[in-house]
Amino acid sequence: MKFAVLQFPGSNCDQDCVHVLQNVLGHPTRLLWHKESVLGDVDAVLVPGGFSYGDYLRTGSIARFSPVMQAVKEFADQGGPVLGICNGFQILCEAGLLPGALIRNRSLQFRCEHVYLKVATQESPFTQAIPEGKLLRIPIAHGEGNYFCDAATLEELEARDQILFQYADRDGDVTDHANPNGSLKNIAGICNTARNVAGMMPHPERAAEEALSEDDGRLIFESLIAALNPASAPA
Amino acid sequence: MSADPAITPELIAEHGLTPEEYERIQEIVGREPNFTELGIFSVMWSEHCSYKNTRALLKGFPVESPRVLVGAGEENAGILDIGDDLAISFKIESHNHPSAVEPFQGAATGVGGIIRDIFTMGARPVCAINSLRFGELDNSEVRRLFRGVVSGIAHYGNCFGIPTVAGEVYFDKSYEGNPLVNAFALGVLRHDQIARGAAKGVGNPVFYVGPATGRDGLAGAAFASQDLTEESAEQQRSAVQVGDPFMEKLCMEACLELLATGAVAGIQDMGAAGLTCSTCETAARGGTGIEIDLAMVPQRSPGMTPYEILLSESQERMLIIVTKGREEEVKRIFDKWDLPWAEIGFVTDTGQMVVKNHGVVVADLPASKLADDAPIYHREAKEPAYLSEVRSFTLAGVEDVEDPTEALEKLLEWPSIASKNWVYRQYDHMVRANTMVNPGSDAAVIRIKADSVPGGDDREDFPEKLVALAVDCNASHVYLDPYEGSKAAVAECARNLACSGATPIGTTDNLNFGNPHNPELFWQLKESVRGLAEGCTAFDAPVTGGNVSLYNQNPDGAIDPTPTVAMAGLVEEERHVTTQWFKEEGDAVILLGEPADTEDALQGLGGSAYLQVVHEAKTGQPPRCNLEIERTLGTTLLGLIQSDLVKSAHDCSEGGLAVALAECTFSDLEARNTPRFLGAEIDLSTVENVRLDALLFGEIHGRVVITTSELDAVKAVERAKLLGVPAQRIGTVGGKQLKLRTSTGEHHWEVVGLHDLWWNSIGNAMA
Repeated sequence: MKFAVLQFPGSNCDQDCVHVLQNVLGHPTRLLWHKESVLGDVDAVLVPGGFSYGDYLRTGSIARFSPVMQAVKEFADQGGPVLGICNGFQILCEAGLLPGALIRNRSLQFRCEHVYLKVATQESPFTQAIPEGKLLRIPIAHGEGNYFCDAATLEELEARDQILFQYADRDGDVTDHANPNGSLKNIAGICNTARNVAGMMPHPERAAEEALSEDDGRLIFESLIAALNPASAPA
Repeated sequence: MSADPAITPELIAEHGLTPEEYERIQEIVGREPNFTELGIFSVMWSEHCSYKNTRALLKGFPVESPRVLVGAGEENAGILDIGDDLAISFKIESHNHPSAVEPFQGAATGVGGIIRDIFTMGARPVCAINSLRFGELDNSEVRRLFRGVVSGIAHYGNCFGIPTVAGEVYFDKSYEGNPLVNAFALGVLRHDQIARGAAKGVGNPVFYVGPATGRDGLAGAAFASQDLTEESAEQQRSAVQVGDPFMEKLCMEACLELLATGAVAGIQDMGAAGLTCSTCETAARGGTGIEIDLAMVPQRSPGMTPYEILLSESQERMLIIVTKGREEEVKRIFDKWDLPWAEIGFVTDTGQMVVKNHGVVVADLPASKLADDAPIYHREAKEPAYLSEVRSFTLAGVEDVEDPTEALEKLLEWPSIASKNWVYRQYDHMVRANTMVNPGSDAAVIRIKADSVPGGDDREDFPEKLVALAVDCNASHVYLDPYEGSKAAVAECARNLACSGATPIGTTDNLNFGNPHNPELFWQLKESVRGLAEGCTAFDAPVTGGNVSLYNQNPDGAIDPTPTVAMAGLVEEERHVTTQWFKEEGDAVILLGEPADTEDALQGLGGSAYLQVVHEAKTGQPPRCNLEIERTLGTTLLGLIQSDLVKSAHDCSEGGLAVALAECTFSDLEARNTPRFLGAEIDLSTVENVRLDALLFGEIHGRVVITTSELDAVKAVERAKLLGVPAQRIGTVGGKQLKLRTSTGEHHWEVVGLHDLWWNSIGNAMA
């Protein structure tokens, strides 16, 4: 499995993604500079978190125009898997690869804390290997993670089973109390209708090692790896 | 070009220079300085840049150890060896006055400035911490400052991509109108990557990189070196810089990339006193001269005068001296990062700092004299009058508590003790995926991995390191006894490191004090430095750098003297990393250290949070700090941790033993709105000859609450005693209550209730 992690000016979780994919999971991973217009030989693309272009204008709004995003769009159109994390999710929404938008947290403050995630569907390459009923404990760190879309889009997301993750309490109940940012339906992550492009606000790359006392995030990467290469799936 | 104003006594005074200083300037220059030169001297000889009032005192600090690779005062920040060819660079710096005037930008640029100091050394900044002080939260202006400062720090750190992993926040009336914002950053590098801020190599070109220069932050260093008044704040609003963390992130990446090419002969950030300080300091360090032409400097505003360009503190700018012939590499890398750059001058052998504007000389000054020959003052020190009252205070008029239920609740709710989650949840404390212990325990612990090193590290088996960080200062104690209180600040910091499993290796301090011309305030400073020096010596944690911030006063007087101490320590192995919260039902609770100090007439209550909160008195001789005892406690605790006996460790500080125990029962957090509670039954009934309030809330030093498995309890107690540390089992972990038995009765609290008070106090005040 060969991964590319995009690098925009202002990306700051790019190294963390490379670390997990390459050092923890053992898959060759390279950084792809935003001025590149060719992805090269890759099996999956990660759009990492950070403050691409300093969040100027609106989160993710400038990154979508970068040369590398045109290449990512083509890659996604051909069915290539793309995962956007945090600012990466915001960029994918701005680029039109995912529906909806991420707006200011309802607290109007940045939030960095651990949350529990309910895996709403296993029907995606990003969630298919996560054990059923498994709650994921993963941190969030964002000021604009409040998922919003119009009613028709939301209806469609639900009808097509595109909601991947929802903020939940420790019992797995999707409650308002467990919602850290005001997202509609506690949405923490979604995929597109073709199910090959996904975005999520929580940071699985920060919860992928025992050393950081949390490795639930690993399941998401392992899911993707297994989906792309069924032969490598853990027995 | 408009004519410069004539040099008059008034103008000299406006520049914060005394007539004597002006005479000295004339001697150095050999003539009357012009307006631009006067401005240059005024910032370079401000306290902020020259330490003219404190340099003599600071000589008392221990600055050497085998680990010191770059020592205090040599460069922008010190560097310590952490083994395997790796090193850390760290420093703390204040941004108090800017934050008082414009809290968001003031605090944000404080973070930006300290991060620049670190990557200037060639290190990749990997974490930040901070120490904050505000007035009391019932004042809406204080809340505005608090909110602004925290969001400014969050804005800068989060966007830059540096985790803010620890800190402290205190609220006290003395900081009303003059908040303290001390920001710390730590970076990592290999020994071969150390960069120097020296202008080496005559003929080497001098580059300016980073965003264009504007009128923001004009003479901020000089502004920081005078008393803060309402008037000065209003006038000096333009002295506050505006930060752009995105620019700084790009600038840092580009600088580290450039340093890796080997094309850099010297590098220096433009922080306080901007272009002025960076040019004359690099020349002074290099033993060379430097010549620049301001016409080449990228400028944001039209019509800026040489004076303004030289004194601007526009942010995110760097000065780089490049080896001649390798200019193209600068251009290639800075173009890649879409950053402005300009070649503005060259290194000379004249020893002069020559500044031209379109070829016309506007300043011509001896660089080393400017940088290093600021006057040194030995200010008058006089013991403050208030101390005699402090020393005569006794407990005679203080009624002991019969039932401590409410007192503990009040203490936990007191903002200085209450959980700081309202603050740290706004900081990204996990980016870079290295944070092993998040905010909320005694010390933060981060790991150093291959990608922490600039450019990465391609060793096959990278020798990962674990670094622990804490920052402490109980300024009430320092106010009541600057010497003992300052020793205690160091001791508490070291204790916090030990509780997390670390051995201290170095210190950086931020001396926040009042006007040094006031002999009583200068006495506080002098006594405090003496205490700090002894403390750092005792723990073999030399001072590697720091910052002095004087003139911290508002119209009502000076702040409590606040020598903030930040310490870095090393944890040997991952399994030694320890946190403060109880781990399992049935574990034994052990107190290391004495439960009471019979020689202290106030039994540890002097200056305590308890006296302040329950009896509304901030007075009394604070508890003594015995460094020998502290050191033995630290090494013993570490020994126990390294023998795998210790499951949790938490030191006793503000609020004493009862607050420490309460924090152990509830400070772990599984996830958002999901605390974890683990009560305890504590028996202190054998402790006699001590008042109940002193037993529970006294703040005598040298104490740590640890837990061990039931099986290891006796072993841990015996071993501690053998090593000279008083130790006794005081209870067992379990249940949903905190139960305390004393010789006068039994008291209990629901852990969930205590937690609510502690967790929500600041959030409620800010709602």
